[in-house]
Amino acid sequence: MRIAQRRAAGPLFVAPFLLVFALLFVGPLAYAAYLSLFRDRLVGGTSFVGLANYVTAVQDPQLIRGIVRVATFFVIQVPVMLVLAVLFALALDSGLLRLSKVVRLGIFVPYAVPSVVAALMWGYLYGPDYGPFAQAARAVDLPTPRFLTDGWMLGSLANIVTWEFVGYNMIILYAALRAIPQGLYEAAAVDGAGAWRIAWSIKLPALRPALLLTLVFSVIGSFQLFNEPRLLRDIAPNVIDSGYTANLYAYSLAFTSQQVNYAAAVSFLLGLVIVIVSYAVLLTANRGRSA
Amino acid sequence: MRSRRSVPLTIAMLAALGYFLLPLFWLLVASTKSTQDLFTTFGLWFSDSPQLWTNIRAALTHDDGVFVRWLVNTGVYAVASALGAALLAAAGGYGFAKFRFRGDRAAFNVVLGAIMVPTTALAIPTYLLFAKVGLVNTPWAIILPSLVSPFGLYLMRVYAQDAVPDSVIEAARIDGAGEFQIFARIAMRLLAPGFVTVVLFTLVSTWNNYFLPLIMLNDPSLYPITVGLASWSAQAVGGGSGANSDMLAYVVTGSLLSVLPLVVAFLLLQRYWQSGLAAGGVKQ
Repeated sequence: MRIAQRRAAGPLFVAPFLLVFALLFVGPLAYAAYLSLFRDRLVGGTSFVGLANYVTAVQDPQLIRGIVRVATFFVIQVPVMLVLAVLFALALDSGLLRLSKVVRLGIFVPYAVPSVVAALMWGYLYGPDYGPFAQAARAVDLPTPRFLTDGWMLGSLANIVTWEFVGYNMIILYAALRAIPQGLYEAAAVDGAGAWRIAWSIKLPALRPALLLTLVFSVIGSFQLFNEPRLLRDIAPNVIDSGYTANLYAYSLAFTSQQVNYAAAVSFLLGLVIVIVSYAVLLTANRGRSA
Repeated sequence: MRSRRSVPLTIAMLAALGYFLLPLFWLLVASTKSTQDLFTTFGLWFSDSPQLWTNIRAALTHDDGVFVRWLVNTGVYAVASALGAALLAAAGGYGFAKFRFRGDRAAFNVVLGAIMVPTTALAIPTYLLFAKVGLVNTPWAIILPSLVSPFGLYLMRVYAQDAVPDSVIEAARIDGAGEFQIFARIAMRLLAPGFVTVVLFTLVSTWNNYFLPLIMLNDPSLYPITVGLASWSAQAVGGGSGANSDMLAYVVTGSLLSVLPLVVAFLLLQRYWQSGLAAGGVKQ
């Protein structure tokens, strides 16, 4: 009787989540997949076109440009962010730091700041006329930094995202470090290992699962980059166009040019690219472990 | 050995801390300035005539107090989404962790795979579906999509595995407690840190969400703070001088007001989210 009750209760506990998941996660994706198979023509109305929208999308220079740009962003920004997060987590965990609690919370605080506000603040700080960096540079007769120009923009965006998420990643990694059994350190100390050796041989390997988690989240975050470029677009409209990132492009397709069916195909494709890259990252990392 | 402190390391980390606090310090300083002072005084120090209180009042009353409306909207969206998402995740995570039933593995793996589907790639499809069923431009358009937290479910499952011992459940069953009684009275109490973590992180992601409300809402009285501030900012930049000349001060002060609640929530609840995150990040 108890066994029967267990069998019956399990599905009931998971049912509400799965129902909402089916309606609000699977449902929209299925509907978008369906819409992406049609095309709306000025003459003749909506007609079924099969995979034609996807064929158009993979050859769309604007979309390819957007995806290449976020991929570039990923390659530049994510290593910097994760290396900083690892270094900070190791420093916090080393026990060598004064004020470590203040440092930990201070570095984490930007995570609680909405990305809209982060972009507004940095946008102002970057300003070539009234921004404090420009003011300081002028005061000492240095050329003003040109954060908002074409050549600098991707780096300026990377800086905003790094500022927002280093602390979040650091906290996850720090938690993983705290979970290492103290006995391991004692054993290593008995074997004569110093602090660096312990960090390299015990702490870094122990960080692996947490690092994978942060890496996958970073893939997702980079490839769907939208808020920061969208906000900076207001102050640098000549640098950031409507197809600057893949997501900006999907947005402008759906809401500016009203190409709903094509926008559905592009969002779907973008989601697919992200899932594939995430899995590729996971597989590469796991192969590295078994080798 | 562990009690030794390193001065160079402390200095390096304080320098790093300076970088992370710099924009927030700027925001605090800028909130005390008139729009004119924003342009004429050095950005990282206070002007001679601080007017924080004037700015706060002006931001809160501009346009018939629409900012207060945005704050309330944001609070409602965030709290409703966070509690709903955390309850669904807690019940689901407990169900997946403590019961075996047909298809449990497959269902869980599907949800796990969904963690990799980015929310913004989902947002346009959700908009298209909601437009079809008439949910666009209502509060539901923000709350309903935020109820789904695949990562929350994953976190709660991992957390429930250890936090609710099988022996406790067995003992309660022998005492004759029903399964839902056990969940509501015993498991939920043990799951509290994980639950708070999911609440807090859903709260943040809804509070900070920009893309979803941007596409779902076109009635300014339904906006959350993020979309509202962005619209003010666009006006401040676009308008330049003239009628909108005070706009920039509103944007800056409004930004400060929108940041404070979450920062306070994180500081007050740090004991919970740190242990909750530890569970999710460490065990896979």
